[in-house]
Amino acid sequence: MNFNKTVMAAVIGATMAGAVALPAAAQSDDVTSLRMAYDADPVSLDIHEQLSGGILQLSHMTFDPLVRWTQDLDFEPRLASDWEQVDDTTLRMTLREDVSFHSGNTFTAEDVVWTVDRLKRSPDFKAIFEPISRVTAVDEHTVEFETEKPYPLLLNLATYIFPMDREFYTGTDEDGDPKDEIVKNGNSYASTHVSGTGPFTVSERQQGVRVEFERNTNYWDEASPGNVDRIELTPISENATRVAALLSEDVDFIAPVPPNDLERVREDENANLVTMSGTRIILFHMNQERVEAFQDPQVRKAFAYAINQEGIADRLMKGFATPAAQFSPEGYAGHVPDLELRYDLEKAKTLMADAGYEDGFEITMMAPNNRYVNDAKIAQAVSAMLARINVDVDLKTLPKAQYWGEYDDRAADMMMIGWHADTEDSANFHQYLTECPDSESGGGQYNAGNYCNPEVDELVSQANLEIDQDKRAEMLQEVEQTLYDEAAFVPLHWQDLAWASASHIEIEPILNVMNFPYLGDLVINDE
Amino acid sequence: MLAFLIKRLFHALLVMFVISVIAFAIQDNLGDPIQQMVGQSVPESERAQLREELGLNDPFLVQYLRFAINAAQFDFGYSYVFNQPTTEVIARHLPATLELVASATFLIVVLSVPIGVYSAIKPRAWLSRFFMGISIIGISIPVFLTAIVLIQIFAIGISWTPFPADTSWGTWLNEVVSTEGGMPAYGRGDPIHVVGTWYTNFASPRGLLYLVLPAISLASIMLPLFIRLIRAEMLEVLQSDYIKFARAKGIRLRRIYFLHALKNTMLPVITVGGVQIGTLVAYTILTETVFQWPGMGLMFLDAIERSDIPLIVTYLMIVGLIFVITNTLVDLIYGLVNPTVKLTGKPA
Repeated sequence: MNFNKTVMAAVIGATMAGAVALPAAAQSDDVTSLRMAYDADPVSLDIHEQLSGGILQLSHMTFDPLVRWTQDLDFEPRLASDWEQVDDTTLRMTLREDVSFHSGNTFTAEDVVWTVDRLKRSPDFKAIFEPISRVTAVDEHTVEFETEKPYPLLLNLATYIFPMDREFYTGTDEDGDPKDEIVKNGNSYASTHVSGTGPFTVSERQQGVRVEFERNTNYWDEASPGNVDRIELTPISENATRVAALLSEDVDFIAPVPPNDLERVREDENANLVTMSGTRIILFHMNQERVEAFQDPQVRKAFAYAINQEGIADRLMKGFATPAAQFSPEGYAGHVPDLELRYDLEKAKTLMADAGYEDGFEITMMAPNNRYVNDAKIAQAVSAMLARINVDVDLKTLPKAQYWGEYDDRAADMMMIGWHADTEDSANFHQYLTECPDSESGGGQYNAGNYCNPEVDELVSQANLEIDQDKRAEMLQEVEQTLYDEAAFVPLHWQDLAWASASHIEIEPILNVMNFPYLGDLVINDE
Repeated sequence: MLAFLIKRLFHALLVMFVISVIAFAIQDNLGDPIQQMVGQSVPESERAQLREELGLNDPFLVQYLRFAINAAQFDFGYSYVFNQPTTEVIARHLPATLELVASATFLIVVLSVPIGVYSAIKPRAWLSRFFMGISIIGISIPVFLTAIVLIQIFAIGISWTPFPADTSWGTWLNEVVSTEGGMPAYGRGDPIHVVGTWYTNFASPRGLLYLVLPAISLASIMLPLFIRLIRAEMLEVLQSDYIKFARAKGIRLRRIYFLHALKNTMLPVITVGGVQIGTLVAYTILTETVFQWPGMGLMFLDAIERSDIPLIVTYLMIVGLIFVITNTLVDLIYGLVNPTVKLTGKPA
């Protein structure tokens, strides 16, 4: 009996002692370090292996682009110090002279040429870089980009050009494979070795566990206020745990912050929450091929009028979304400020009646359940709203791994998709989501509505040849207007972005709507 | 004995074969791995080419045979996500999971035996009733909730002020119901390298600290089960005739409880326990996800999310192997505890 008590007392005692005596996290005085947690870590160190948010975030840490976006969606010179349009099809860029790579090699125009050539070989990037037909190094610090036809988005493309160290990636590795090969499945030299010009170098990487970065001591941008010497990136995929890690001060910076925890983080006095209206549009396609009624613009409009975008943004998204009536968010060339949210149930019912569908009809709907913020709940809300115009929705939600296969098969009458324009340009939305589907040219790859208006397609192709940005914006706005008038799709909202940090870290100046925090410029104040 | 082990080896191979066939058969329902490998704007032609390169267009039988022939040479393929051989990826994640399971098992054994025995000997004592009540709660709370509550209380901390703060007793009571937090909420910290892919949390006090919350929440499902099992078995044993005779003979109570009764109590407990420890490996998926514990469970969930089929297949086969191994060990131990059981099945 005594034996029992002793054991139990010992166990309880040990547990208590463990909970009380906690050494504080060790931090030495002269090193400023940042511990951050994202929902995932980069899949590779090769920045041309995949076009994804994670890889672009990595690119901005270990490399520098030729130009980059500011918070107001303007261009800011980085490795290119200046640029001019020589003629309709040629852009000349002057490069910085005082830049060297992590390996010590000097950065020259040849590196840019080499990098663009490699981008044109990458399965993920080659489509975006298609318009560029030739890149030439005019001299050591001048590079010229030529296109077949006038192309208005060359600067947008330049934000994707992160010059890589040509010398470092040339030759063969120990297995005899070329160092510059891009391998999707299997190991390559570039996926584990990195030499860029960026503010940080990778000092240690355990995939799925953590990545450690050290400040590049020879960083060219001496004007940068950034003072972070070390960064430790941990992937924490579970939302609640990521927030808990910040609130318990185990990490200093997290992204994304899940909508359900926004209030909790905002109210915590040691945390600093930043939200921004994002550029990713969430929408539903109405498949005209599967459902005859959707070929009638009145029915499509009725659907658009029946859905309360504001209600979804306020209640479901807790204000963490900006209700949308069009593709382009504010700041994009094609954004039409006059397009209003449509929600009007009476009008929706009248339109249905006019089209001869007063008694409604049955449709199927599919949405992912782990891809976008609250995606499954949004789909449920939309199907409930459609019930009010007598449309009976059979909803199925799937994990993203399975959803995209169904999406490619156009397996339901209404399907949800979220889209972010890789070029940060309005034309991109139309090209992928509402252009007449054409399996040969690849146009309308995600147009699950089968909406097709050749006039709009023509207008967009013309806009993509228009160098005059004002004229081009006018054309793109006309596109948005037509898509709105014909109710080509049901827009829901632009998903907001949210980051949070410990309060002594000034994250606000380094954040942007593309969600590539410019961590090189991050300032950490003394606590 | 040797015959028994050889028989078990064949069991293991059979189990792994069946699992691999099933895992391969369902792979079409796990999603398209290409989708996870390329950006959304990549054209279909590129995807088709990649699919061809990975051999995903081949018929089921061709794909399976290719896998089986390689697997027979211990080559289980490359993980799509990690770009490394799946066996290497699993070897890197296995130690974290095994350490977590070992810690949870330790907690279960150390707590369930004394508590179970105590509440069987003194079924009416208030402490027994308290333990039984707690264990009912423990059984009915899902593990991820336990984990999140533990994180809130011990990692983030809670400050409740239900009592008036301007009185000294109120302040004191407020402090009693509030917690400081400070326990690590995620990950393993800086585990110390032992050998090969084995990094351990057992070697430093700080490392052990990282284990506390995950181990408690993993143990929380099995612990009540074992307490109740031991209690029920012990109660039954205490009713049996030989215990009554022993008492009548005047043997010391302690000797009766801990030598004669406990030994017979443990027989069914070992059988259940062995199987349950295999299950614990599976339960780590939830615990590891909440605590971002970089073990096999977290890796598996990630693999499912990204349709990393080679990694999924290898994981399932290895978990199958672990089940066979634990069951074999249980049978061996059972033979030691209960000499009337003969492993080879021959009459005693």
